[in-house]
Amino acid sequence: MIQMRKGYNVFKNVLLMIASLISIFPFYWMLVSATNVSKDITMGKMSFGYALVMNIKNAFAKEDLWRAFLNSSYLAIVVTVVSLLVCAVAGYAFVIYPSKGKDTLFLVLIASMMVPFAARIIPMFRMFSDMNLLNKFWAIILPAIGAPFLIFFFKQNTHAFPLETIQAARVDGLSEWGIFFRIYTPMMKSTYAAAGIFAFMASWNNYMWPLIALQSNDKFTLPLMVSNLAADFNPDYGMVMVGIIMSTLPSVIAFFLLQKAFVEGMIGSFK
Amino acid sequence: MISVATIFVLVFSYIPMIQAFILSLKTGKGVNLSFSGLDNYRRMIQDIVFWTTIKNTLIYAVIHIPIMLLLSLLIAVLLNDRALKLRGFYRTCIFLPCVTAPVSYAILFKNIFSVDGILNQFLLRMNIIDNSIAFVLDPFWGKVVIIIALIWRYTGYYMIFYLSALQNINKSVYEAAKMDGCSFSQSFFKITLPLLKPIVFLTTVMSFNSVLQLFDEVVNLTNGGPGDATRTISEYIYDLSFVYVPSYGYAAAISYIVLIIVIVLTKLQKGIVGDSNA
Repeated sequence: MIQMRKGYNVFKNVLLMIASLISIFPFYWMLVSATNVSKDITMGKMSFGYALVMNIKNAFAKEDLWRAFLNSSYLAIVVTVVSLLVCAVAGYAFVIYPSKGKDTLFLVLIASMMVPFAARIIPMFRMFSDMNLLNKFWAIILPAIGAPFLIFFFKQNTHAFPLETIQAARVDGLSEWGIFFRIYTPMMKSTYAAAGIFAFMASWNNYMWPLIALQSNDKFTLPLMVSNLAADFNPDYGMVMVGIIMSTLPSVIAFFLLQKAFVEGMIGSFK
Repeated sequence: MISVATIFVLVFSYIPMIQAFILSLKTGKGVNLSFSGLDNYRRMIQDIVFWTTIKNTLIYAVIHIPIMLLLSLLIAVLLNDRALKLRGFYRTCIFLPCVTAPVSYAILFKNIFSVDGILNQFLLRMNIIDNSIAFVLDPFWGKVVIIIALIWRYTGYYMIFYLSALQNINKSVYEAAKMDGCSFSQSFFKITLPLLKPIVFLTTVMSFNSVLQLFDEVVNLTNGGPGDATRTISEYIYDLSFVYVPSYGYAAAISYIVLIIVIVLTKLQKGIVGDSNA
């Protein structure tokens, strides 16, 4: 019996180890390849090489990966801050100032979550071209501000917020906005963190809409730039790998720094 | 602020949706459009590419989803053991793929599966194959690579759902079952699985939804090719609007079919999950 248990334990560890190795391998591949020249990468060289500096230099000189990185960062930060602000207040207000009309409105907002993006791209493209906002960052920022999922997430978490605190603050003469910013916001830090990760990742990894809305190289985000580089007839994979690392590293760092908020933000829709 | 949020959602979600419907009733090239009733919907029936993309999308869903969900359930069950020493390590490793950008991991996979690439080298050296396989350029292997890539990225993601569901099951249920002489497999099939049913259903619908909208990975791995062998519905809608001579009306009509499928699915999900909660 004990032997069987031991056998089972070994078996379990072997399975999990294999799963972990497969999960990690592409990350290893990305790091190794960034240090090799393109020819070696396509030939499947598994060991670290000496071309890292050259690849980075190429990526920054020949192709404006740095610019793409800054564009992506700028968009992700603006989208995260603005959508968090708007959606947090909305989610809060749905709970704190309830009314029949708002309940209906909330359902309408939530229902829009199931509208697939493909059903909207063409009118959205024409809308932005009529407004002369194509190839401008506004085209990326505006549609990202009202995120139904974030409103839902804040509303859900606000239900756990103690109402007595608000009443006490009102008695003390704090304004409604004061209550929101001075009491609610600091108390809901973990909700903000999870929602922030969600918003940031959605913007950082976004591909389809920027591909349609942004047309010139100087406006490209990192996914667009990396995708373009890799689609060349004869791509310089060393450079591509540098781009992939630049797009992956911030997410990985965020994951390790804020693991709990991260997992909550990624699976938040389930609650 | 509710009104601000509402305006944004209305302007960028509902208005485009309604416009897309009106558009789907019009035909014409580029901006010269005129009403033509259900012509676009009729065109779909005869459009071979449309049916190919529907078929491809369904193939991805039918093969990818069961394999991935079984794997994530298996891993979650293995990890749901507090005595396991490297538990945190395994969990982190297996979750990590889902932080990558779809574009980035698609390109990584394209590279790993290339003709002279690392995987072919490995298979050749192990004598599993005699000649390199042009994975990404082959109608069959192209689909396989896309499915493998999807499984790689999303298994860890869905594993987290199962893991948290498993942790919510009361330990005393298992202890009682053990006292009554239940074996491990008995308690798994008779207790764990029935209790996980709502989550299994939720994750199935979620992953089906995401496969219906599959775009980034396919564009960057195979670009829909060879021919249309790996093209998805979403990619076809995109191509019809922005790559080929634009036929917005027809693309909008197809997007409405996707919308209807999603709505039906969501209704189904609400119905079944709602029932089991009641």
